Amino acid sequence: MGKYVEMVRIRFLMMLAYRTNYYTGILIYAINIAAYYFLWSAIYGGKSSMQGMSLGQMTTYVAISWLARAFYFNNLDREIAMEIRDGKVAVELIRPYSYLGMKAVQGLGEGLFRLFFLSLPGLLVVSLFLPLQFPGHAKTWLSFGLSLLFSFIIFSELNLLAGVVTFFTFRNEGLLRAKRFIIDLFSGLILPLSFYPDWAQRAMMYFPFQAISYIPSMIITESFKGAAVRDGLLLQATWCIVLLFPIGWLWRAAKKRLVVQGG
Amino acid sequence: MFYVSVFFQYMAQYMKTKLQYRADLFVEWLSDFMAQAVNLVFLLVVFGHTTLLHGWSRDEILFIYGFFLVPYAVFGAFFNLWDFNERYIVQGEMDRVLTRPLNSLFQIVLERMELESLLGAVPGLIIMLYAGSRLSLSFHWYDVFVFILLVIGGVLIYAGIFISLATISFFADARTSIMPMMYNISSYGRYPIDIYHRVIRYILTWVLPFAFVGVYPASYFLDKEEWYGYVFFTPVVGAVCFAVSVMLWNAGVRRYRGTGS
Repeated sequence: MGKYVEMVRIRFLMMLAYRTNYYTGILIYAINIAAYYFLWSAIYGGKSSMQGMSLGQMTTYVAISWLARAFYFNNLDREIAMEIRDGKVAVELIRPYSYLGMKAVQGLGEGLFRLFFLSLPGLLVVSLFLPLQFPGHAKTWLSFGLSLLFSFIIFSELNLLAGVVTFFTFRNEGLLRAKRFIIDLFSGLILPLSFYPDWAQRAMMYFPFQAISYIPSMIITESFKGAAVRDGLLLQATWCIVLLFPIGWLWRAAKKRLVVQGG
Repeated sequence: MFYVSVFFQYMAQYMKTKLQYRADLFVEWLSDFMAQAVNLVFLLVVFGHTTLLHGWSRDEILFIYGFFLVPYAVFGAFFNLWDFNERYIVQGEMDRVLTRPLNSLFQIVLERMELESLLGAVPGLIIMLYAGSRLSLSFHWYDVFVFILLVIGGVLIYAGIFISLATISFFADARTSIMPMMYNISSYGRYPIDIYHRVIRYILTWVLPFAFVGVYPASYFLDKEEWYGYVFFTPVVGAVCFAVSVMLWNAGVRRYRGTGS
C-alpha cells in the first residue's frame, strides 16, 4: 500500500515541477467555460428552464463538468499503449507491483494535482464573472465529492481496459480516439443527457459513460434530489465494481500473450 | 522546385507506410468521423429544443459547421503539431530535423502529414449541400474561387495558431496542456459570433481568430451582409497569422539547444 501512496506523491510532485504552464491553462479553461456559457444563454434565448434546468443551473453544470474533467481525466490508455509499443512494459511487469494498479495511482496523482492547481483556481476565476449557483447543503457537497471519486475510478477503469486491449492489437490509436469521443458525447460533458431524445437516454442507461460526468454534475447543480442522488451514486458504485471484471479477465489473458518487440 | 519534389517524395513514402496498416487507416478515418459526429449531435440535439439561436436558424448553423469542416480537414492533414513537444523536443527528434538542408517547419509538416484527414472535408461538403439546399442559397460561378480563397485563409489561421503554440516548446521546456484546450476553444468560432459577450467576440476575432474559420467566411454564402467586411478579411488574417507563427518558429529554432539524449 505504501508504495502506491508514494507513487501518488511522486506524480503529484512531478506535475508540480511543471506548474507554470497551468496558469495559462486556467485562463484557457475560463475562456472555454465563458464561451460555453454564452452559447447556452443563446440556446435558452429567454426561456426560464429547459428539461427542468434553469440557465443558472446549466451554467454551473457546464463549469463544473469541465473543471471536474480536469480531475478525472488521464491518458492512462495512451501511456499503456506507448509502453507496449516501446517495449518498456517488459521492465514494468517484472517490478514488484501491480502494473495496472500503479498506472491507476499515477493517474490519481495527476488528477489531484490538477484538482488543486487547475480546477479550484479555475473555479475561483470563473465564479468571478459567471453567475454560478452552488448548493448550501454540506450533504450535497459530500455526495458530489464521493461522486467525483467514482467518476475518476470509472474513467480510469475504462482507460485501463482500452490500454489492455493494446496488448492484443498493438496499434489502436483509432480505438483510443473513438473511445474519447464516445465519452465526450455520452458522459454528459458537452450537454446533459436529459436533453437527448428518450430512446437515446434509455440506451445510455446501459453504459457506464453517464457515471463519468452527468451524475456528479447533476448532483452539484441540485438537479438530482433525494432518491435520485442515492440512485446515481449506487449506479456509479456498481459500475466501479462491474468494470473490474473485464479488466481482470483481459489482463490475465494479455500477460500470456505479451510479445515484447525489442525494447 | 526542390521543395515541391521533396513534397511528392514524402507523399509517396507516406502512401506506402499507410497502406501497410490498412485496418488502422480505416479505424482512424472512422474516429475522425466520430469526432465530427459529436459536434453534429450536439447541434441536432440542441435544435431539438429550440428553433433559433440568437436569430440564426438550425440550417444556417449547420452550414457554418459544414464550411468549418473543410479548412479544418486540410489543417488536420498537414499540421499535426499536437504532439510536437513530446516527439521532437523531449525525444530529441528535432536534432535530426535540424541537420538536414531543408526548412525545419516544412520537414515536420511533411513528416507528420496525415492525408487521410482530407476525407473529413467530404462530410463537410455534404452538410453544406444539405443545409444550403434547405436554405435555397444562391450560388454564382465565382463562389467556387471565393470558397477556395476562404478555405486557404482558414487553414492558415489554424496553422498559424497551432504552430505558435508548438513554438512554446522551444522557450519553455515543459509539457503543456494548452493544445487540447485550444481545440475546444477553436470550436467556438463555429457559432454565430454575436451570441458572445464582446470580450469573447474580440478574442475570437483578433486574438485567437477562430471566428475567421467558421462564422465569418460562412456568412458570405449565407448572404449575411453585415459580416461581409470580415469575410474578405479572412485571407489577410490568415496570411498575418501564418507569417507571425513562422517568425516565432524561426526565433524558437535559434533558441533550440536540444535535450541532450
